[in-house]
Amino acid sequence: MNANTLYTVNVYSENHVGLLTQISNIFTRRFINIESLTVSASATKGVHKFTITCYSDEKSIEKLVRQIEKKIDVLTAYYYLEDEIISREIALFKVTTETLMTNNTVESLVNKYNAKIIEVNALYTVIEKTGGKAEIQQLFEELEAFGILQFVRSGSVSITRSKYEQLSDVTMC
Amino acid sequence: MNSKESVSGSVSLLKSLIEEGTDTIFGYPGGAIMPVFDALFDYKHKLRHVLVRHEQGAVHAAQGYARASGKVGVVLVTSGPGATNTVTGIADAMIDSTPLVVISGQVTSPLLGTDAFQEVDIVGISQPVTKWSYQVRKADEIAWAVAQAFYIAASGRPGPVLLDFTKDAQSALTNHYYEKCTSIRSYIPAPNTDKDSIQKAAELINSAKKPFALVGQGVEIGKAEQELIDFIEKAQIPAAWTLLGASVMPFDHPLNKGMLGMHGNLAPNQKTSECDLLIAIGMRFDDRVIGDVNTYAKQAKIIHFDIDPAEVGKNVDVDIPVLGDVKKTLPAVTKLLKQADHDDWIESFDVVNGEEYEKVIVDEIYCDKEYITMGEVVRRVSEKTDNEAIIVTDVGQNQMMAARYSKRRFSRSFITSGGLGTMGFGLPAAIGAKVAKPDRTVCLFCGDGGMQMCIQELGTIMQSNVKVKIIVLNNRYLGMVRQWQEIFFNKRYSETPMLNPDFVKIADAYRIKGRKVTVRDELDGAITEMLEHNGAYLLVVDVEKKGMVLPMIPAGMDASNVILEK
Repeated sequence: MNANTLYTVNVYSENHVGLLTQISNIFTRRFINIESLTVSASATKGVHKFTITCYSDEKSIEKLVRQIEKKIDVLTAYYYLEDEIISREIALFKVTTETLMTNNTVESLVNKYNAKIIEVNALYTVIEKTGGKAEIQQLFEELEAFGILQFVRSGSVSITRSKYEQLSDVTMC
Repeated sequence: MNSKESVSGSVSLLKSLIEEGTDTIFGYPGGAIMPVFDALFDYKHKLRHVLVRHEQGAVHAAQGYARASGKVGVVLVTSGPGATNTVTGIADAMIDSTPLVVISGQVTSPLLGTDAFQEVDIVGISQPVTKWSYQVRKADEIAWAVAQAFYIAASGRPGPVLLDFTKDAQSALTNHYYEKCTSIRSYIPAPNTDKDSIQKAAELINSAKKPFALVGQGVEIGKAEQELIDFIEKAQIPAAWTLLGASVMPFDHPLNKGMLGMHGNLAPNQKTSECDLLIAIGMRFDDRVIGDVNTYAKQAKIIHFDIDPAEVGKNVDVDIPVLGDVKKTLPAVTKLLKQADHDDWIESFDVVNGEEYEKVIVDEIYCDKEYITMGEVVRRVSEKTDNEAIIVTDVGQNQMMAARYSKRRFSRSFITSGGLGTMGFGLPAAIGAKVAKPDRTVCLFCGDGGMQMCIQELGTIMQSNVKVKIIVLNNRYLGMVRQWQEIFFNKRYSETPMLNPDFVKIADAYRIKGRKVTVRDELDGAITEMLEHNGAYLLVVDVEKKGMVLPMIPAGMDASNVILEK
């Protein structure tokens, strides 16, 4: 079985205490590692949306999603391949302002990657980059040559290539 | 009854239980649940409380109650150890789809998260083994939470629900108003049935030459026993049952071809590899049924009737899933079936089962050796009850012997721990079954090992006067493990011989009549005495020490590897 496909699992749930554990337990029990996880309010009032990415294979991910859907407080869950969704991560890089001042390359990297500088002071500069996982990784590697003081990246958020939010399939009563 | 009135949370809880039709609770008091037990003092006329001797016993008793009656079993325990002691039973109920509402006390809400006395995160602990688990911190939430709990526990594929009530919620006043829960927006108890799947299933069955039905507990849960019979009779489909489906079909129905699985009958297992169509109904293709997933029924198309979409394709790939409530889906398919005649195919089951009868069964149930066999005890008890008793088992050889050699005439008459295989289940489950069905004879088959895992519940039998018939098949070994050691571990009997107490003396200490039988001549008389005695009875039968349950398909192997002889 090929467990090397990256899947994105979207879960819509009630906003109840303890759901994160319930959902993550389903991954744990099947020994599937969560690559990234984002939880936030969805477009529908009172409904939370989990965006979870993980490596798995078609059969396992389908079974996993059905187990997630079985949870009483879960409204619905779907899984997607990378090309079925548009997803973005956000990353923040902190470099010394000195690097920025003494070296043109850093600024040109910011431009090249369509990133932006969101804070500058005498000590450090913070660069924000929104993009795909690979793109962010590339920028990280290029900036690393100049020294990165701090780096953080978010889990991915995604939107499907279908016209509407999937939740509209569910009767919301 | 439903006008708003100001009552304590505890009274609100009890009123809510009564609204749900509860009349029996299995429980054990303690600090954090005292307000509820105090309120119960005034509700004794409406709510019978069966005081157990350990909280695990309370859950197994509630399971036995639920499985015998079809109602939701209710458990009432305190916080901390009271709650953690319920976990084994809850896990058992989860895997065997038994509806339970387990109510635990919890420390007062300001103390939550402080490691207070007898505080434990039971909601967190129980989450993976419950259908729903919820903490109630406010008295105003109680009626709502109980309504949700019963709806979730009993609907769709049933299962256990845990409600954790903080002590302040039990004491605070609330305006009690009860409304039954009829839907939850995030929960679909029974999926919609795809009409196409009904059509396709019927077509497959109509064109099959060798159809074979596998029947599970789902049929019993869905109250579709008659619909099943109509279905198999119309298309003349031979059927076999899983361990949990042991009482779905009457034993003497001509299409009932016996038990599936590791210790099942020869024909059902063999025919799985010969049929051209496998029709699974309310069963979940447990590994003890399928053996080797890579060879299992590869030649056949598979139709799977189930209410739980997560079961379809979980263990075995299925051609036509028929999702929905089997009470509706089965008749819908039956309507489209043509009368069929599969006489040769049906007879071929009897030929194979006949071979098993000669090689295995006859010596087991009509033994003429100097020792008594487990199978003959089961047969004699079943016969003397006219095959009408509720059979409860523990786990191990006793369980397999009971499944193989007792006969069930009525539905909901075989209660066992199938999925989890919980030793110690039998005694308390038998108590629960008898409490649910006081007019029926309840016979427990139990090993000497399992008997000692919840033996404290003899106290419950004594105090609540529960007239169960306990048969201890005493081989002085942990028999099933010993059997595996003999076959797979080179006869190295590591920690399986048991030095047992005098069970009859123990029963006597609990004022329960008992008798020990060591020779065949006394067996029938003792069984008659047991059944005629108006009260609980413990019959210890010293059986063959190295008895084995055969046939046996070794774990993970297909039916062709069956072991028939020692």
